[in-house]
Amino acid sequence: MSLTISVRRRLLAGTVSALLLAGLPALAQQPPADPPAASPAPTMPAPAAPAPAATPAPAPAAAPAIPPGSPLFGRPNSESAAKLAPVAPPPIPTAAEKLPLDKLKVPAGFKVEVYASGIANARSLREGDKGTVFVGARLVDKVSAIVNKDGKRTVKVIASGLHRPNGLAFKDGTLYIAELSKISKIEKIEDNLDNPPKPTMIYDDLPKDEAHGWKFIAIGPDNMLYIPVGQPCNNCLPPDTHAQIRRIGLDGKGMEVVARGVRNTVGFDWHPTSKEMYFTDNGRDWMSEDVPEDELNRITKVGQHFGAPFCYQGNVLDAELGWGKSCSDYEKPVSLMGPHSAALGMRFNTSTKFPAKFKNTIFVARHGSWNRSKKVGGDVVAVQLDAKGNVKSVEPFMTGFLGADNNYVARPVDVLFMKDGSMLVSDDFNGAVYRVSYGK
Amino acid sequence: MRAWIVLLTLLTVSTAAPTAASAASLFEERSPMCLQCHGEKGVSETPETPSLGGMTPQFLLIQLYLFREGTRKVELMNEMAKGMTDDDLRTFSDFIAKLPPPPPPAQQGDPARMARGKALSEQNRCGFCHNPDYSGRDQMPRIRNQREDYLVKSMREYKNETRPGYEPTMIEVLRPLNDADIVELAYYLAHVR
Repeated sequence: MSLTISVRRRLLAGTVSALLLAGLPALAQQPPADPPAASPAPTMPAPAAPAPAATPAPAPAAAPAIPPGSPLFGRPNSESAAKLAPVAPPPIPTAAEKLPLDKLKVPAGFKVEVYASGIANARSLREGDKGTVFVGARLVDKVSAIVNKDGKRTVKVIASGLHRPNGLAFKDGTLYIAELSKISKIEKIEDNLDNPPKPTMIYDDLPKDEAHGWKFIAIGPDNMLYIPVGQPCNNCLPPDTHAQIRRIGLDGKGMEVVARGVRNTVGFDWHPTSKEMYFTDNGRDWMSEDVPEDELNRITKVGQHFGAPFCYQGNVLDAELGWGKSCSDYEKPVSLMGPHSAALGMRFNTSTKFPAKFKNTIFVARHGSWNRSKKVGGDVVAVQLDAKGNVKSVEPFMTGFLGADNNYVARPVDVLFMKDGSMLVSDDFNGAVYRVSYGK
Repeated sequence: MRAWIVLLTLLTVSTAAPTAASAASLFEERSPMCLQCHGEKGVSETPETPSLGGMTPQFLLIQLYLFREGTRKVELMNEMAKGMTDDDLRTFSDFIAKLPPPPPPAQQGDPARMARGKALSEQNRCGFCHNPDYSGRDQMPRIRNQREDYLVKSMREYKNETRPGYEPTMIEVLRPLNDADIVELAYYLAHVR
């Protein structure tokens, strides 16, 4: 086929689909059921000086209530609130020599180095049996592999064309990938890094909502794959299929809901001895600067309800959806993780190289807030537990991601303990992975 | 028609020397094509093709990246961004970001329709992220005095989720709106002054 014909064919196809699109009636989509009680409608300043029209436009009454489910639900119309919006990381990774390595601080005796760079939007981390590190992404369509061979590290894209492939799990040679609404796997991935087969789908009975739709996944000690389904909005009454953590067999079958009232978890792991599951959960936006805080939760029984969207941080009823509810009806978090701090990836320390005081400590990456005037988070914190699995303390461990000028220089997403006893930390702002090690 | 010519020119040139072109010649080769469709003064006269005047470099860089990676599917733009390096993407987004913002259309908007569109914008808090004057900031585009047909097209794409976006915020925002709302909002934003 000549170039011109091929171009014309593609252009025609494009035109036809554009025409179809233009003629398509808008998709009738129901807003989430039971709209919450209307909040007082903020009044807006006129967007610009009134036009000198011949017939002045009739001034509309106060703005009607914002539709439930809007990400802007609850946002006051104030100058301070107007400064806040999600911080979009640049799509292009930072060059290795420009990474803010000198800004990242760890306790004495530890050191930080760049493990890999040039991985756009680096998010969830998993280590393969043969030492390959797999890296998921939320804003780009690729899963990458950091390959260690002959003492050299290289980065390869092993899957692309995926929709928000944030979550990864690894077991017995197989890599599991969670896209927005689909789980797939690549078997014997480490034997085929140069020419990996396309992922094969194992489970897709998942909602397609974009809001809180990207996933963290992990395989539990029960050999089941754990999959969260976030609340499809900042603050709304979610359908029965949402705001939960599910588990399925590695064959994609036998789905069971293990926890409800989970607004948006992007990290979980199991206690090395008690085998109980702990998970981070992000609180709602726009309630206030300091409330609610993000949560660290612990599942002690299948089917527990962790409060969202009725009760946040164990003791604050939601301003709209909390009426008629009581926080005592829901599981309380084992720890608060800071307001809007975006506590994301977490792992129990399994390193034999870290000092003994960090045994069974949970390391949590706090991505850092956007919905707060003075940002919080932008660090990795160490959560110490007592013998009963209750939280004793939460201490900063790796800091410096958030600058003194209230701007991020980097943003941690996930942590991973490597078989060699070091800890990796992903940074989706710069598209890099750092390695934290103890001793010489 | 203009878009066809541009694509044909682009393909002829880029297939001749897909990788050999230095950054400078790639810019010389393709930057006139940007302006041909999107308008030399930041105002597009091409149907369903956005005016790019007054856009932030952050927004432009993200869109060019999505076009290069094929995540945002617009055939002409996917071809246009093909083979660009990360530095090329930055060069082009910085270049386009210098175009002046489009002025309001000469014709005043119909007062009744403007009132309806304004009420919808206030209800859905468009000005919260895009700024009260819709001039845009950071990764959020300028929508003030954008082409009406392009605003309709974009909002429909978000509504039916054929354009997932970088961050998925617009899909959430458009969920409760129907097609008539989209048409009225686009009219208002295109004519606002």
